[in-house]
Amino acid sequence: MKETTYIKRPNRTLFIYALIYLAFLYIPVLFLPLFSFNDSIYIAFPFVGFTTKWYSQMYHNEPMFAALLNSIRVGGATSVIATLLGVFGAKAVTRYRMPGKPVAMFIIMLPLVIPGIIMGVALLIVVSRSGIPLSLYTVTLGHILVCVPFAMATLIPRFEGFDRSMEEAAADLGENAWWTFWRVTFPIVFPGILASLLLCFTISFDEFIMAFFLAGTDPTLPIYIFSQLRFPAKLPGVLAMGALILVVSFFVVVFSQWLRLRNSNDITSSGI
Amino acid sequence: MSGDESYIQISDVSKHFGPVVAVDNISVSIARGEFFSLLGSSGCGKTTLLRMLAGFESPTTGEIYIDGLPMSEKAPHHRPTNMVFQSYAIFPHLDVRQNIAFGLRTEKVSKEEANSRVDETLELVKLTGFGDRRSNELSGGQRQRIALARALIKHPKVLLLDEPLGALDKKLREEMQIELRSLQQSLGITFIFVTHDQEEAITLSDRIAVMSEGKALQIGSPKDLYNTPVSVEVADFIGQMNFVDAEVLDVKSGVAVIDTSGLGKVKIPTSADFAQKGARGVVAIRPEKLKISEKKSGALKNAVEGTLKSASYYGNRSHYHVTVEGSDQPMAVASQEVDIASGNTLDSDTPVWLSWEDGALILLPQPPA
Ligand SMILES: Nc1ncnc2c1ncn2[C@@H]1O[C@H](COP(=O)(O)OP(=O)(O)OP(=O)(O)O)[C@@H](O)[C@H]1O
Ligand SMILES: [Mg+2]
Repeated sequence: MKETTYIKRPNRTLFIYALIYLAFLYIPVLFLPLFSFNDSIYIAFPFVGFTTKWYSQMYHNEPMFAALLNSIRVGGATSVIATLLGVFGAKAVTRYRMPGKPVAMFIIMLPLVIPGIIMGVALLIVVSRSGIPLSLYTVTLGHILVCVPFAMATLIPRFEGFDRSMEEAAADLGENAWWTFWRVTFPIVFPGILASLLLCFTISFDEFIMAFFLAGTDPTLPIYIFSQLRFPAKLPGVLAMGALILVVSFFVVVFSQWLRLRNSNDITSSGI
Repeated sequence: MSGDESYIQISDVSKHFGPVVAVDNISVSIARGEFFSLLGSSGCGKTTLLRMLAGFESPTTGEIYIDGLPMSEKAPHHRPTNMVFQSYAIFPHLDVRQNIAFGLRTEKVSKEEANSRVDETLELVKLTGFGDRRSNELSGGQRQRIALARALIKHPKVLLLDEPLGALDKKLREEMQIELRSLQQSLGITFIFVTHDQEEAITLSDRIAVMSEGKALQIGSPKDLYNTPVSVEVADFIGQMNFVDAEVLDVKSGVAVIDTSGLGKVKIPTSADFAQKGARGVVAIRPEKLKISEKKSGALKNAVEGTLKSASYYGNRSHYHVTVEGSDQPMAVASQEVDIASGNTLDSDTPVWLSWEDGALILLPQPPA
């Protein structure tokens, strides 16, 4: 007998399925960097020739960089604020006995299932009725609303996953609530916080519908890209930008997974 | 200042969780430097009482005083207590030294003093050289010691321990029991120790509170609990005990005349309230207070005849089960007399005599049905 258990036995059908699945998932994405080096404004086979001119075109496209910067700013603000709210929420939900908790949870998680277009229109009405001018701030507001449930969903397992006597031990050893949070709770949930920051940033970064409704004159990157689709000459530049974003996201995801695995090892093997 | 005898005073303390009464009106005084155990089966409220002492729960009614001061307004970090958690609660993101030094931040000690105190404490719990390890690189016994060290470095006046040895194997457990006891004696700290293991409680404690369903059934030294339990429940919980049903026939000048089903008519001195003429009760006797013999010798005053059902021999001691007329439970007998065990062992189903000394029998109230 070989060293194979029932679970670990190789399974050819499953293997082929996994291959097809991965191909389906990634081949379209890989066309992006591929065509960004194609010397033609038309995105079609066969390749005409290798060029980096789209990258230099992108480099000189100032409105696109402005939109990228807008998206980064909105994403940054959204992820920090939504995660902060998520931390408070997750702590409250997991640590305190309070009346009406299920109802509160339901309301917090509701934006997950409300279609973005409905949220967008609803927010637009509220914002314009109350006389607030549309701007990146209103976009950020909308994104926070969308991201808080994701932040909560990421953070709650982290808070639930560690023994609350850990916090009691800190209090017992002389720390008040504030220091207990900073010396014990925060370091232990830190990987969750990081995951939530990344997730919220990603969601905000590529969110289109709400941004479309709520943006003023400054577009975010998805809005800018959408507006450029009408001009075929601009498209390869968008591809170049997309390819770059892809590379950056790849490293971010690898880094966050590495962090998650490293820390969950820590937590589980310490027998909590 | 309160006296040393009532250093900790738990007065009429109850704790309700909604409809659940976790702790039911407990009052007890604990002396300075005492090793006091809370003993009881799972769910009887031991942890809840300990957590009220630590300040993690507040009593529904009643008050806890430590050194004469009421504790209800004091948060955990302002109490002179420290706790060793059942799960140890070692901080996973800190190494051993950092774990042990955790409580020193609020004491505002210099770096040198902090270091020397950590070294001292590491030595105290025999973990010198382990300072740089992560908590996941430690064995259960070592983790237990860190939890202990982390509390001890605060120089607590009262150390609360929630089943600290529960997760350890038997050998390590016995080693740690000895270490805990000698530590407690050398440091002079008041220990309040939760356990559900009666042997552990008896070995370690100065006094024990036997708990059941939130109530303290009896509080006393291990010897008191063993020799004069106040109820069938306590008697059953501490060591092994034989019980027979009994009826009080008469009480005269502090001595009850009792008819038992199994041990015949007996006399037991008693001052208990329930011991009235006609009252029903239970008579109890420890297995080692029963003597077994093949023949009735003339000297025996208190004796009944029975049938030997089973016998087990363990070298220097032997255990028997003997059925007696009137009792459906066989009587357990533990004997250290080697004359039977060594040579002529007894055969099953042979008639034997059980006898006991005056004062070996205990009269207990009928347990509530
Ligand atoms: N936070 C709580 N909410 C509701 N009920 C509780 C809570 N804490 C304890 N209880 C209940 O109070 C009772 C006593 O619990 P406690 O933890 O004190 O028992 P214990 O004696 O420590 O048991 P064990 O030996 O199993 O640890 C139990 O019935 C338990 O279910
Ligand atoms: Mg408990």
